[in-house]
Amino acid sequence: MIKLLRQSPLSARIGMGILLFNVFLALFASVIAPYEETSVVGDVWESFSGNFFLGTDHIGRDLFSRMIYGARNTVALAFVTTVLSFLIGSSLGFIAAVKGGWVDQMLSRIIDAIMAFPTLIFALMILSVVGSSIPTLITTIAILDSTRVYRLSRAVAMDIEVMEFVEAARLRGEGLWWIISQEILPNAIPPLMAEFGLRFCFVFLFIASLSFLGLGLQPPLADWGGMVRENAGAITFGIYTPLIPAAAIACLTVGVNLIVDWLLHLSSGLQD
Amino acid sequence: MKNILLLICKRIGASLITIFVISLIIFIGVELLPGDVAETVLGQSATPETVEAFRKELKLDLPPHVRYATWLNHFVHGDFGNSLANKRPVAELVNWRLSNTLLLAMVTAFIAVPLSIFLGILAALYRNTLFDKMISITTLSFISFPEFFIAYVLIALFSVQLNIFPSLAIIDDNMGFFNKLYAIILPSLTLTCVVTAHMMRQTRAAIINVLGSAYIEMAEIKGIRGFRIIVYHAFPNALSPVINVVAVNLAYLVVGVVLVEVVFVYPGLGQLLVDSVAKRDLPVVQASGLIFSIAYIFMNLAADILSMLANPKLRQSNF
Repeated sequence: MIKLLRQSPLSARIGMGILLFNVFLALFASVIAPYEETSVVGDVWESFSGNFFLGTDHIGRDLFSRMIYGARNTVALAFVTTVLSFLIGSSLGFIAAVKGGWVDQMLSRIIDAIMAFPTLIFALMILSVVGSSIPTLITTIAILDSTRVYRLSRAVAMDIEVMEFVEAARLRGEGLWWIISQEILPNAIPPLMAEFGLRFCFVFLFIASLSFLGLGLQPPLADWGGMVRENAGAITFGIYTPLIPAAAIACLTVGVNLIVDWLLHLSSGLQD
Repeated sequence: MKNILLLICKRIGASLITIFVISLIIFIGVELLPGDVAETVLGQSATPETVEAFRKELKLDLPPHVRYATWLNHFVHGDFGNSLANKRPVAELVNWRLSNTLLLAMVTAFIAVPLSIFLGILAALYRNTLFDKMISITTLSFISFPEFFIAYVLIALFSVQLNIFPSLAIIDDNMGFFNKLYAIILPSLTLTCVVTAHMMRQTRAAIINVLGSAYIEMAEIKGIRGFRIIVYHAFPNALSPVINVVAVNLAYLVVGVVLVEVVFVYPGLGQLLVDSVAKRDLPVVQASGLIFSIAYIFMNLAADILSMLANPKLRQSNF
C-alpha cells in the first residue's frame, strides 16, 4: 500500500493533498474555525483582513469560518449519500446478476425508466413534493444515483458470475447472500473503487447545485453551494465573495477526479 | 431499408412508453405524499374549509385513475391547469418561458456544436502536442467545475472588470432579436463552455480511434496531407459517435439551462421550475417537469436514430 502510494504520479498526489486537506478541515472544523458557524461578527461584505481572513458574508458572518464548517457539512453529506447509493445500487446489481431471469429483467426495466428521466428534474420534482430536509435530500439523491451504480455493478458481477469458483460455490449449495458477499464482492471492489470516486464527485456537485438553487441544505447551516447563492449579489459590486465557495467546490471535484484517473489507470493494468 | 424503419419504429415506441411511464411517475409522485397533499401544501394552519376547497381545486375528491386520465388528456391538449400561487393558467406561464429557454439552448447549440467539432479535429490532428494537452486540461476542468462557478467567473470578467456584457439576462418581447442576443450572451457562453468540453473530447476520441485504421495509413502513404485525411477520410467514419454525443449533449443542454437561468435571472422554464418547487406550486412543477423530461427523451431518441442511420453496424442490433 505504501509502495503503491510512493509510486503515484504527481497529479494523483495533488488530488490526494486536496482531498486530505478538505477531510482535515471537515474533521476539526470546530477547532480550526476562529468564529462560530452562524454568529454575526462584522459588517456586511468586509474585505480581507487580519480578523477575517476571507472577509465577511452578506450578513456579516466570518467567511473563513463558514468555509470550514461548509467543508464539514457538504463533504460529509456527499460522502454519506454516496455510501448509501453504493449500498443500494451494488446490492441490487449483484442480486440481478446472480439471480438472473425475471428478477434481473424487472430491476433493469425499472432502472431504465428512472434513468430516462433527467436527474436534476427528477430530484426537483421529488423535493417539491416531500419538501427539502437532510434525510429526504440524502435518500432522494442516493436512490437516483444508485441507478448508475446498479448498471456498473451488474455488469461487473455478470463477468464474475460465470467464473468457475462461483460455479463451484453454487454446486456446494451456498446461498445467494454467501455468493454475493464471499465470491462476487471481493472481486468487484477494484472497478467499483474508481466508480466510488466518480459518483462522489457527481453527488457532491449535485448537492452543491441543489443548495445553490436554494433546495439543498437550508440556512443558517453553512454549505458551499448555498454560500454562493447567499453572496451572489456581491459580484455586481465587484466583490468576489461568491467566487470563494464556488472555487472550493471546483477545487475538490478536480482533486477527486485526479485520484480517480490514477485509480482507473491502476485497475486497467496499464504500465508506463 | 425495411429493417431500419422497423428498428426506428421500435425505438420510437420505446420512447413513447417511457414518456407514459414518466407521466405516471409524476402523477403518482403527487399521489404518494405521506398524508394529504392539501394539508402538506397548506401547512398546519389550514382550516378544514380551505383544505376542502384546495382538494376541489386539485380534483382530489375523484378516484386516482379518473384524475390521471383527465390530467393526461388536458395535458395533451395544452391545458395544464391553474397555478396554485397566482391562479393564472399554467399554459400561459409556461409558453413564454419555454420559448425563452429554447432560444438560449439554440443559440448555445449554434456556437457550441461547430466549435467543439472544430476543436476536436484540431486536437486529433495535433495529438500529444502542447496544444492538445492544453485543450485537454482546459476541457477536463470545465467538466469538473460546477456551472455556477464558470458563470460567476464570466460575470466577474466580462461584466464587472471589462463592463461589456450585462450580468443579468433580462429580456422581454419588445426587444429586437439582436438585443435579445446581446442580453443572453453570458448565459450561452457559460453553457457553451460546459457542453463544448464534453463534445470536443468525444470528437477527438472518435477521430483518433478511426486514425488507427488501415485505409488512413494508405492515405498517408499516398502522401495526402494530415488535415485533408482527417476531414475527408477519418471524419465521415467518426460521424456516428460524434452525432451521438452532440445529440446527447443537446439533451443535457435542455436540462443544464436550469442552473444557468437561475444565475442570470433569465425568465426561462428552468427558473420557473425552481421557483415553483420552492413555492410548492404542484401544477406548474408537474407541467414544466414533464416538458423537460419529454424534451430530454426526444433528444436521446434523436441521438439513437441518427447514429443508427450513420453507422450500419448499429442497424443489426435488436433491443
